[in-house]
Amino acid sequence: MFEYLEAMVDYLVYGLFGLDAATQKVQALHFFIFDTIKIYLLLVMIIFAVTYFRTYFNTDKVRVYLQGKSELTGNILSALFGIITPFCSCSAIPLFLGFMQARIPLGITFSFLISSPMNNEIAIALLFGLFGWKITALYIGFGLLVAIIGGFVVGKLGMEKYVLIPVVPMRGDVENVEIKLTMRQRANESWAYTMDIVQKIYLYVLVGVGIGAFIHGYVPTEFIVKYAGSDAWYSVPLAVILGVPMYSNAAGVMPLIEVLTSKGMLLGTALSFMMAITALSLPEAMILKRILHVKLIATFFGIVALGIMGVGYLFNAIL
Amino acid sequence: MKIEILGTGCSKCQALVLHVKEAVAKKGIFAHVEKVEDIMKIMEYGVTSTPALVIDGKVVSSGKLLSVDEIVTFMGA
Repeated sequence: MFEYLEAMVDYLVYGLFGLDAATQKVQALHFFIFDTIKIYLLLVMIIFAVTYFRTYFNTDKVRVYLQGKSELTGNILSALFGIITPFCSCSAIPLFLGFMQARIPLGITFSFLISSPMNNEIAIALLFGLFGWKITALYIGFGLLVAIIGGFVVGKLGMEKYVLIPVVPMRGDVENVEIKLTMRQRANESWAYTMDIVQKIYLYVLVGVGIGAFIHGYVPTEFIVKYAGSDAWYSVPLAVILGVPMYSNAAGVMPLIEVLTSKGMLLGTALSFMMAITALSLPEAMILKRILHVKLIATFFGIVALGIMGVGYLFNAIL
Repeated sequence: MKIEILGTGCSKCQALVLHVKEAVAKKGIFAHVEKVEDIMKIMEYGVTSTPALVIDGKVVSSGKLLSVDEIVTFMGA
């Protein structure tokens, strides 16, 4: 898919600049130019595709589909809907309360709250661009599993009393919402959204790839293997803890993880790290603190963290 | 005409307020523009994502930062 691009970068670096392909400096430069262009192209294409598809859904519609669903089924559906709806942590409160109004059980709401940020378009686009479809599929698949099981467990714990705002359930069912848009409107909207996101993250990507190129060219593999590649028991939990404060920088961190894995970091550790970055976000926790008791938030974080670590250990063991 | 913007204070909500004000000016009508930040009031409208736009008590959009022209369209002829 990117042979042409690679050939063009080859020509630019080795031909036009006349640089020697054998030196590390030149290799790092080649890596930097190639990776940056590749990631930008993929980001635009994938985010556009995802947001276009998303114009057919919104959280109001999801709520209609989820109301009255039994446990497990509801958890599964809700995790799946998490992929196709955009998530913004500033919407976490109305979403949470809106779901409760429609009498959607707490556990099902949490499945959505875990899945939605984890399967966000930036993470999917970057994963696909950097690691290929197999890792992306594993990430989404196991992400869903964590969301389904995590939500199910939260639901079983009966923590409804820790919701601090009294929610009055609606009488009757929520009516379906129709989204009437022409194809042109959808395309325009998705394009505007895509550009908005790219503007927000392009600098992070540049810095991430830059540091990645540096590691690629200069940091010896043994060094990485020694610190990140060891199958010591603590590497997975450490990756999860490091991932929590990095939510807004997913775009910059992902290119780094790619270089680290290519230099020997274990894939399970990398997966745990990526999931922790997207699913456990401190700003989201701070926002939810306004309507949820700390105990509930801590339980939610704890269960998700355990699930993510499970995925990490599993992959380190089998791959 | 009464226009309400529902939102708890994220950057998109603030941008929507500006767009609404611009749309009102563009149309040249009198409108009462109000930002609703109280979460309980927002819940009364039954929206699940913010920012949402309410015109004369009716939710016309949620979870989207509308453009000025889109808001003008919602305000009707």
